[in-house]
Amino acid sequence: MEKIIFYILALVIIVFAIASVSSKKMLRSVIYLLFVLIGISGIYFLIDYNFLAAIQLTVYAGGVIVLLIFSVMLVHHIEMELELAKVSKRILVGLASLIGLGVFLTTIYSHEFIVVENYTTTTTEDIGFGLLSYEAGGFILPFEVISILLLASMIGAIVIAKGTKLTNKKNDTV
Amino acid sequence: MIAGISIYEILTVTTILFFIGVYGFITRKNLISILMSVELILNASVINFVVINKYLYPDMLQGVFFSIFIIAVAAAETALAISIIINLYRQIASVEVKDTEIMKY
Amino acid sequence: MDITYTILIPLIPLAVFLLLGIFSQKIKPAVSGVIGVAGLSTSALLSFYTAYQYFFVHGKVDGVYQAIVQKTTWMNFTDTLKIDMGVLIDPISIMMLIVVSVVSLMVHIYSRGYMKGDDGFTRFFAFLSLFSFSMFGLVLATNLFQIYIFWELVGVSSFLLIGYYYTKPSAVSAAKKAFIVTRFADLGFLIGILIIGFYTGTFDFETLNAVNHETGELVLNWASTSFMGLSVITWALILMFMGGAGKSAMFPLHIWLPDAMEGPTPVSALIHAATMVVAGVYLVARLFPMFYFVEDGYALNVVAYVGAFSSLFAAIIALTQTDIKRVLAFSTMSQIGYMMLALGVSKYEGHDGLGYMASMFHLFTHAMFKALLFLGAGSVIHAVHSNYLKDMGGLRKYMPITNITFLIAALAIAGFPLTSGFFSKDEILVAAFESNKLIYFSGVLVAGLTAFYMFRLYFGIFWGKDTKYKHAPHESPISMTLPLMILALISLFGGFIPFSKYVSADRAGFDAHLNYPLAAVAVSVGLIGIALAWVFYKKENNLAEKFSNAFGVFYKWTYDKFYIDEVYLFVTKKIIFNLIAAPIAWFDKKYVDGTMEGIGNKTVVISNKIKGMQSGKIQDYAFSFIAGVVILAMVFIYLWTN
Repeated sequence: MEKIIFYILALVIIVFAIASVSSKKMLRSVIYLLFVLIGISGIYFLIDYNFLAAIQLTVYAGGVIVLLIFSVMLVHHIEMELELAKVSKRILVGLASLIGLGVFLTTIYSHEFIVVENYTTTTTEDIGFGLLSYEAGGFILPFEVISILLLASMIGAIVIAKGTKLTNKKNDTV
Repeated sequence: MIAGISIYEILTVTTILFFIGVYGFITRKNLISILMSVELILNASVINFVVINKYLYPDMLQGVFFSIFIIAVAAAETALAISIIINLYRQIASVEVKDTEIMKY
Repeated sequence: MDITYTILIPLIPLAVFLLLGIFSQKIKPAVSGVIGVAGLSTSALLSFYTAYQYFFVHGKVDGVYQAIVQKTTWMNFTDTLKIDMGVLIDPISIMMLIVVSVVSLMVHIYSRGYMKGDDGFTRFFAFLSLFSFSMFGLVLATNLFQIYIFWELVGVSSFLLIGYYYTKPSAVSAAKKAFIVTRFADLGFLIGILIIGFYTGTFDFETLNAVNHETGELVLNWASTSFMGLSVITWALILMFMGGAGKSAMFPLHIWLPDAMEGPTPVSALIHAATMVVAGVYLVARLFPMFYFVEDGYALNVVAYVGAFSSLFAAIIALTQTDIKRVLAFSTMSQIGYMMLALGVSKYEGHDGLGYMASMFHLFTHAMFKALLFLGAGSVIHAVHSNYLKDMGGLRKYMPITNITFLIAALAIAGFPLTSGFFSKDEILVAAFESNKLIYFSGVLVAGLTAFYMFRLYFGIFWGKDTKYKHAPHESPISMTLPLMILALISLFGGFIPFSKYVSADRAGFDAHLNYPLAAVAVSVGLIGIALAWVFYKKENNLAEKFSNAFGVFYKWTYDKFYIDEVYLFVTKKIIFNLIAAPIAWFDKKYVDGTMEGIGNKTVVISNKIKGMQSGKIQDYAFSFIAGVVILAMVFIYLWTN
């Protein structure tokens, strides 16, 4: 059962990813990306990382995709067709990607992974303790850094997106 | 662990996803599309972190933490990138890569 | 003896040059004349003081005048080869200091009158000061390289002063000619210097000239490499003599000197009669021990024959010239040839070094009376506004002082008894007689010719026909006649200086005596020359014309200076330009330039092609990056798995 679900999810992810990078319509491309992200969260569910799956759904499917859609709406007509790269270039890049894929897969398949059989479920509690732990192996410092980064990027995004209006106003008051 | 699914199959899927992202990054001519391709690449690596954590070191959670950080950074990055793109659109009324070559000089 | 102050002798004119050169537009002509004269007077006083200190107080140690050197290392090439800058005081450099400073001072004073009202008055004085600086530097040089630097500097000042009237095309081309011919000769000088530096490892005069008195040979050792049958050092000396011949207008490098008369007359007096043109003589004298001892004086023989030939050659040409300055120019060339031949026949020790001493003595006296002749000629030209004999005649009534001083100078150069020229010329002839009869007879012949053409000139200017002048010529102002009178005094009595006591090849000094039989021969030949000139030119008559007609072709040849200029023109224009330069230029344009331009064009084409790689698009870079990573990964996997 899980096997079948995985294969379906894998198929969804790959097909929609390809569709996303080759679609001529911008908005459709974004929606295909949404399906890819949802498929990925499905994989998280399958390997029992429920918290991560939830984050994937809220942050990616809920946040990033909405942002993307809004930006697309702001800068494009919905029906606008995207300009595609030259055929020769697409073939060249596709070939390079395939070769790279081959190299990666050879490496992966030639490596013996020491797999530990387990079916443990990781709870949100475990993750919370791990993130806020002060002890060795605890992630409290990166956690704080990330929070500062998010704050900084939020302020930066606002300032940049506001553009000249904000900075001019500032200059006027000063 | 997913019953009946080896780590190889999952890694194969993520590798394919990664190279689709690379392909998109190189071929697309639109800044927002490029951003989306970057998201694909990031997601492929996140899955790898998670899966390797689960299959090889089930007792630890480092892979999960890294995934969380990557997602947070990706979100921040997207927000910033989109604000830059919108600002750029205000300036030159375009988000095509070919119109934004001025930095090369 | 502390000689540090002697460095001021060249430096004061340099300062004057800089002052006048930089502020040439600001300084009033009257002021610049005073500055120039004041600067030169200081240098002259210092020169006299140095001479007094050297000859009478400090210079003589154990009966020999010591060379006093003060120098500092300027450039250090290797441990053994370095170039010094400094001052070298010895009898000949002191003598040259006196000559240069006296003549230069006289010319400065004279120029204040002669150049009055000229637009470039300040510029003229600046150049004169530059020349004086260079000449002093040349005289005081301690080594070959230093002398070469100042050698070129005098060349430049000469160029600037010949081309002083730069609006006149003839002056410009004369300046170029002088510069190019002397430069060509200096090429030989430079090569000679380099050979000397290479084989002996030193440029220093004292080291090069050091003589071992016991063996009577040079102390210096050099590799006895020979080239075409002569040792390389002999070749180097001949090459350096070529430089000297260029500067001193020896045949066949003399062609620039007559044309150089395009410059203002005071310049001709200073540079092209008294000082710069004797630089070649000075150079040979400076290196005399080398010339004498290397290979039994082979190079010195070359000097003697070139000198003798030039002196005869120039004297013959001088007979027929009608431009008074050109007559004087060829006379200068002839007299320098005299000095060269005297050096050439000289030996080293004691009384045998008579030629050396006579050459230096003649250099001294000649500088005085030839400067006087030129300044006198300048005074005449100033009055008549023409250079040509045909426009002159009967001037003795209008210009008494010029007349008398010119007569004194002419007597001196003709070797009239008891004038300065008599003594120096007599000693030259004695030295030649003792060494080489052929050279002696040519010298006697030249003495006769000199007396003849000089008095042809004198009678032509001051006697002869009574030319009617548009405005009556008048005597020059005191600023011009004063130098004439001073120089006339020196020309009259300069011969009584006991020169041989002070200047001699081995610096020890000796007693020179008149050789009465030989003196009688020289004087009688001179008197015959004067008498002939008297007959031909004293009164207006057609004797001279008949005579020149009798000679016919030969007269024409002489008048055209034996076509040496034309030979040069033929060689340069027809042979060098057409046969060598033109094909080389073609090759240069076609292949050398073509190759370079081809490389440039190809680079442009290629860079246009590969410019696309730097598109500025991050995606292109990403593609290259990914492709590179993949290729590297493949390589590494291949290496690891095998």
